[in-house]
This record gives sequence, structure tokens and C-alpha cells, in this order.
Amino acid sequence: MEEKFYTITVYTENSVGLLNRVSGIFLKRHINIESINASVSEIQGVHKYVVLVKTTEDWVRKITGQLEKQVEVIKAFYHTDDEIIYQESALFKIKSDLLFDERQIQNIIKDSNSQIVTVSRNFFVIAKTGRRHEIEELYDELEPYGIMQFVRSGRISVSKESMEISNILKEFQEN
Amino acid sequence: MKSETTNTQKKIKITGSEAVIHCLLAEGVHTVYGYPGGAIMPVYDELFKFQEELHHVLTRHEQGAIHAAQGFARVSGKVGVAFATSGPGATNLVTGLADAQIDSNPVVCITGQVASPLLGSDAFQETDIVGISTPITKWNCQITDANDIPSVLAKAFYIARSGRPGPVLIDITKDAQFQQFEFEYKKCTAIRSYKPVPTIEPAKLEEAAKIINSAKKPMIVFGQGILLGNAEAELKAFIEKSGIPAAWTVLGLSALDSDHPLNVGMVGMHGNYAPNLLTNECDVLIALGMRFDDRVTGDLSRYAKQAKVLHFEIDPAEIDKNVKADVAVLGNVKDTLSQIMPLIEEKQYPDWFAEFKRLYDIEFEKVIQPEMEPTKEGLTMAEVINQINKESGNEAIVVSDVGQHQMFACRYAKFKKSKSNVTSGGLGTMGFALPAAMGAAMGAPDRPVVAIAGDGGYQMTIQELGTIYQTQIPVKIVVLNNEFLGMVRQWQQLFFDKRYASTEMINPDFVKIAEGYHIPAKKVTKREDLASAIHEMMATDGAYFLEVVVEKEDNVFPMIPTGSSVSECRLS
Repeated sequence: MEEKFYTITVYTENSVGLLNRVSGIFLKRHINIESINASVSEIQGVHKYVVLVKTTEDWVRKITGQLEKQVEVIKAFYHTDDEIIYQESALFKIKSDLLFDERQIQNIIKDSNSQIVTVSRNFFVIAKTGRRHEIEELYDELEPYGIMQFVRSGRISVSKESMEISNILKEFQEN
Repeated sequence: MKSETTNTQKKIKITGSEAVIHCLLAEGVHTVYGYPGGAIMPVYDELFKFQEELHHVLTRHEQGAIHAAQGFARVSGKVGVAFATSGPGATNLVTGLADAQIDSNPVVCITGQVASPLLGSDAFQETDIVGISTPITKWNCQITDANDIPSVLAKAFYIARSGRPGPVLIDITKDAQFQQFEFEYKKCTAIRSYKPVPTIEPAKLEEAAKIINSAKKPMIVFGQGILLGNAEAELKAFIEKSGIPAAWTVLGLSALDSDHPLNVGMVGMHGNYAPNLLTNECDVLIALGMRFDDRVTGDLSRYAKQAKVLHFEIDPAEIDKNVKADVAVLGNVKDTLSQIMPLIEEKQYPDWFAEFKRLYDIEFEKVIQPEMEPTKEGLTMAEVINQINKESGNEAIVVSDVGQHQMFACRYAKFKKSKSNVTSGGLGTMGFALPAAMGAAMGAPDRPVVAIAGDGGYQMTIQELGTIYQTQIPVKIVVLNNEFLGMVRQWQQLFFDKRYASTEMINPDFVKIAEGYHIPAKKVTKREDLASAIHEMMATDGAYFLEVVVEKEDNVFPMIPTGSSVSECRLS
């Protein structure tokens, strides 16, 4: 079976050590996590992991089943790229004098739809949100000027179809 | 006054460690297996005060404690409880946790932990047992505030026993054990993120019933789900109405009377010839509370490909994990079986059943008879098991270790009562039998318990003879001694050109060791002494040790070598 990128969304309780339990499921099947993002979700008190993996559908289905089996996991879903809206964020820290000396940098910022977050005497910071390849393009363009620091977040995504998590929690409250 | 506090509504101030005891009593726990140490001393101090209500069995190693808790759980259906201290005490539980996880045993382990200000500082006997045990527990949790003890322990028992059972570990820091707080206990009955039993879909039952009713050559394979779901009566009724031959996995053994006419034996690597071969002949395979372990299926790409597979299962993660189900019937097998009953037609399959009989006769002639009534001089493991059957009237609980003797025990032991076969199936933990038999004997005090071990596995937890002596546990211990790690030696013979690397054992005098623990003991080397020795063992009150010297290089057959198909089951 063909390997593809799958985005796994895991709705969980917010408890100590759960990340360890979640990542352990991937470890057990020897699957590398391409990126992971943990945050609050649309429901108060419910956390959400967005995990990007490259594997086969058979495996991602099994992993999702194993994730859902964990006591503190409320529900897990997996999606292909065309089933979700997804983004990553990146920060670039660059020497301030370049902003004034290298006119081209201003064009790069404008053309890439990125923003200047802060400018200080010594450095300025550009933020870019978008698809992986857009961030990589920006990286390639800025690299010749010297990037003092770079960081990119894990993938965050929302699905086109609804994820019926509220119903599950509502059903629990009614029972 | 002590135990009365458990059910009262009014709040009283007690320590965290006393709260632990009250929680256990409120959950109906009367026996705990464990080993004290620095970080759990406050809890042991409370045990001292509650000796009347809560019996603590001091094992000789924490692994012994958790295996005993498992044995207790396996025969009683109740949650087994083990205590250990931090650090090495906690890590000694690891093998048992992994065993309980893979075999779905309801166990709650409580470990002491260094005081919370010391967490993460590499303090004396500190280890991150929550981190270590995460992949081998159904749930685990660290408590640093005594106020959390009642709710977390209530959750622990609920999670351990509900749905597909499993082990839970609760790690309590020493300061939380000392902390005074207002105690109130409420049993846990639901957790919002956890649905232990899936909702039954009636459409699936109808779909499954339709396939069952139109089957020409159906076959049932049942597993431990029947025992865990207390569905023995439903299984029997279903088999008898549908007329379908039923085979079992190692962990499903004893859910159906061994002598039931529709019981066609064991599937798997050393299972019976007929059910293995006919797995690849049947048109409908009905899997009841089992998980298609690789030791059951052999090569998956050649497993039951011709059959429609109906998978009755409580754990949705097991569906399509190893074998693709044509119909997945989710739910507790007790409920799904009783709900499908009215939809099932009464039938018999005489021609199909005759196939099982024909293949059994081949196995009987080539394997079973020579094992049970050997003409060679050396004793066989099968004849020892057979003698135990005779002497106990198929009434004993048999606790086996891991290896050749385990396969002989599962193949030849006969059972009238359910929850009578206790063995380490999934993990294959050598050293399991002796401590698990202690727990089994305490979980089913009215039944004879026979531990059967090989000379290898027995020595992995042999120190538990001390527990058996101190606690006066009436376990009958049979060591089938072939002076080899027999199963590994068998593989070396068959697949490694007889290169017996590190499988020969030079053993101590087992009888003297047992006698050193004041346990009556005997050694049998000749066939003519076997029956009387087993009779004496079973007739003796209390513990007894019997060493039987068996043929050194016997092999277990039938056998499906790793990577082979169930159709390639070998008789020699």
C-alpha cells in the first residue's frame, strides 16, 4: 500500500503524561512523527493533538484505533491532505542592518505575504504562515542573507467535514 | 470503626495512606500481594493497623506479587492488587504489567514514590515508573496530593475491570501518603473519554446471523473474551443451537467443557490438527472474544482467506488489526451472543463435523496416543498431565508456566469448570506459574490448584516457595524436568541444526530446595511411580512439590512453524 501524509487529530483530556502515552503508540509501530502540535480545542477543557505522519492507510487506521483506545483519549480522526485545511507557522530572525542595506529583503517580505513581527537595533523577526513549501521557499530566499535563527511549528489543521466531538461529550452528559 | 468509615458520607480527616486502605476496602479488596520499602512505608504502617480487614501476602519479589495478583484475578474475575515501593520495587513489576496488559488481566498496582519535592532529582530509589509503565498499562497516574487518592483509586478499579480489562498503576508520592485530608469515597461508574463497551448494532447481529444460517461449513474460535465477559453459558447455548464445531485459543481454554461433543480442540502453533487445518476449509469463521494473535493464525496471508469472518469483540481496535472482518459485531460477547440467539437457526453439520473427527483420528494415532501411552522408557509430559486429570476428575485449576510443558498442559489438561486454565499467553513470561498459582489458590480457595512448570521457568521465581511456606498456600507444584529449556531446544533441533546453544540446564536438587522451605516433596523418575505420586500429591493437605523427570528431547507436536500457514500444521 502506498505511503501518504496523514493528519491525525486526537481530542484528549488535559492530563500529565498523556503526550507520552500518545507518542508511545507511534513508537510501538516504529512510525516517525513528522510534526506534532498540542493545544486547546474548540471545547473548553478538551485538548487537541495534531500529528502528521507518513504511512499507509492501513497503518494510520490501526494507529487511530489504538489512540482512541487510550482511556483519556476522547476521539481520534485521520485525514488526507485534501480533506483538511492546514498551515504551519515559521519565525525567521535576521540581522537588522540587512533590512536597510539589502533592499531585496523588503521585496521578499512583501512578495511572500509574511509579516515583520518586531524590529530592534540588532535584529528583526519575520513571521510566515502557510504551507510547508511556501515556508521553505521563503527560507531559501532569505538564507543567502544569513538567518540568525529559524523555527517552524508543527502542522495545525481543521477538517472540512465536521469532527463529531461535541456530540460524543453531549451524549456522555445525557447518559 | 475502621472499615465503617468507607461507606459513610460524612467527611473525616485521615492520612493519604489510610485513605488507600479505605479505598481498597470500599472496592471489596481483601487480599493484597506486595513487598514493602522506603517510599511505601506509610501505607504498610496502615496495613499493620488493618490486618483484620486486609490480608497482605508478603511475596519474595515484586514480580511474584503482581503475578499472584494476576492469578487471583484470572480465577476469580475480581481485580488483583499488588503493592511495591519506588525504584527497584516498581521496576520489578514491569514484567507482570506487560503480561497483564497483553492478556487483559484486571490488576491495580500501587507504588510508593519519593516525596514530591524530590521528583526528578534522581533521589534515592526514584524512578519514573509512570513513564516506564505507560505502554504496558491500560491507564496509569501519579498522585502528589492526597486529595486525589479517592477519585484516582476509584477510577483505577473502574478502568482495570471494565470493558477489556487491563492493568492500572497508581504511583503515590510519600508526602501525599502522609498528608491529612478530608476523606470521602465515591465509586467511579463512568469517564467521559472512555467507553468500555461499544454499543451493539442490531443490524450487525442480523447480518452475522444471516451468514451463520446459510453457512455450510462454519467454525467457531473462542478466546478469553468468553471468560472475561462471563459468557460461558451463552457460548454453550450458542454452540448447541447452531451445531457449530468450536475450537479455542490458549486463553479461551476451560470456557467450554473439555468433553463437550462440539469442542474440537485448540487452534494455533501447537493446537490440534483438525481445527488448524479446517480453519482454511471453513466457509464461515466465527471469532468470539479473541484477537487473532500470530501464534493462532500463522501466516496471515494464508489464513482463512476462503472464509467469511465474523468477529465478535469488545475492543474496536482489534477489528481488522490482524484479520479483516466481513462483519464486526462489537459489544460484550455475553450480550451479543444472547441477542443473536433468537436469530440463529437450529442446525447440525454431520458431514462437516466428520471432517474434524477424521483429522482428530489422524492426530490421535500419530501424536496423542504415543504421548499419552508411550512405549518408550522415558516419561512424557502428556502422561503426567493426563494423570493429573484422572486424579482431580478434571476439577483442578491448572497454572502453567511457559514452554513445552505449557503446550502439553494446554493440549492435554481437561476442564469441567471455567476460569481454570491460567497461563501467560501473550507475553510468554517464564516464571509466571509459581506466583500465579499462589494467587489462583487464594482466589479460588475451594479448588485444587496445580502449578505446572518446566525446570527453566520454575527457577525464575523459585523464591516464591518462601511465600507459599509463610502464607501456607495449598499449591501443588509439578516440575516437569527435562534438564533443558525445552521449547528453545526444540527450535534449535528443528531450525538450527541441533546447535543447542545455552539450553542445557544443570539443575539443583529440587526436592531438597522444597524441603528447605518445609514443603513436602518427591521426585519421580519411573512410570510405575507416577500415578501413586500424583495421588499422594493431590491427597496431601497444603502445598506439595513433585518433580517428574521426563524424556530429555521430546518435542511438542503438532506444530505450525513460524511463517507457515495453519494448513501446514506438522505432526512430526
